[in-house]
Amino acid sequence: MKLGIVVFPGSNCDRDVQTAARAAGYDADFIWHTDTSVDGFDCLALPGGFSYGDYLRTAAIARFSPVMEAVARYAALGRPVIGICNGFQVLLEVGLLPGAMLRNTSCKFVCKPQRVRVEVAPARTPFTLKLRPGQVITLPIAHGEGNYYVDSETLEELELGGQVVFRYCDESGELTAGSCPNGSLGNIAGICNKAGNVLGMMPHPERAAEDILGGADGRLLFDSVAQWVQGGGRIVR
Amino acid sequence: MYVADIVVKLKKSILDPQGDAVRSALKSMGYDGVHDVRIGKRIEVRLEATCEDECMRLVDEMCAKLLSNTVVEDYDFSIREESGE
Repeated sequence: MKLGIVVFPGSNCDRDVQTAARAAGYDADFIWHTDTSVDGFDCLALPGGFSYGDYLRTAAIARFSPVMEAVARYAALGRPVIGICNGFQVLLEVGLLPGAMLRNTSCKFVCKPQRVRVEVAPARTPFTLKLRPGQVITLPIAHGEGNYYVDSETLEELELGGQVVFRYCDESGELTAGSCPNGSLGNIAGICNKAGNVLGMMPHPERAAEDILGGADGRLLFDSVAQWVQGGGRIVR
Repeated sequence: MYVADIVVKLKKSILDPQGDAVRSALKSMGYDGVHDVRIGKRIEVRLEATCEDECMRLVDEMCAKLLSNTVVEDYDFSIREESGE
């Protein structure tokens, strides 16, 4: 199992993702944004940070990095791709996932542990095999523009298609307005594409992947995709 | 040489938390007549083009591809020819 981590100028969670992947027992290497091949990797991760300084708009410029064409081809083959925080924003800008991020309604950068509720069955994505619907996990969030927006028609499609993977919630799993840290529609914290192989999420699983970090819920996502790859890209239980 | 004056704004249907914060600041300063504030970006691009039509086409393309995110933003622009120095 080998994870490829796409590094843009300004990415700053690339090493965290590598460390988390290694803690989960697999290999992880970096892919520079100017590379045009992502061959040899079983899974790709677009890490958090401030790609290209977030100039113009978050992820606006990263989208046109040479590597992104290879990432899009890889995703089209049904192989697993995860975008975390700024990586999620890149997936939105490039159109691998629908919608856009607006500034948090509070106008503040929020940085705290956040509870999120799992909304899908384990087999919906390669990253959720070890999670169960309704499960509440705690993952750190750290963003100023995580206010997910999409037009109402597409939102309905996401809901009906089971593409909402995570929602912000309170400790009992309730979706209250107060438990949404940024104003996201439907408390959305993470979505996948129709096929389920591309996941974008604002919370940082890599920052909660070992007990020493204060929580290990994020490790479940890393273990899930490893299990998916070991099963030959199929769902194994 | 042409100069394109581009304005990118959040769509009307989308809440602008920054604009809201500025609106309340203006209100608290005593500007009671202020109803709404929307914050956008103004981008000035100087570019070569063979004619005005080509310039319009290029700038429109740049706005749609990079300068705005049409999921949440609208753009508008005007162009003028820059006199030679």
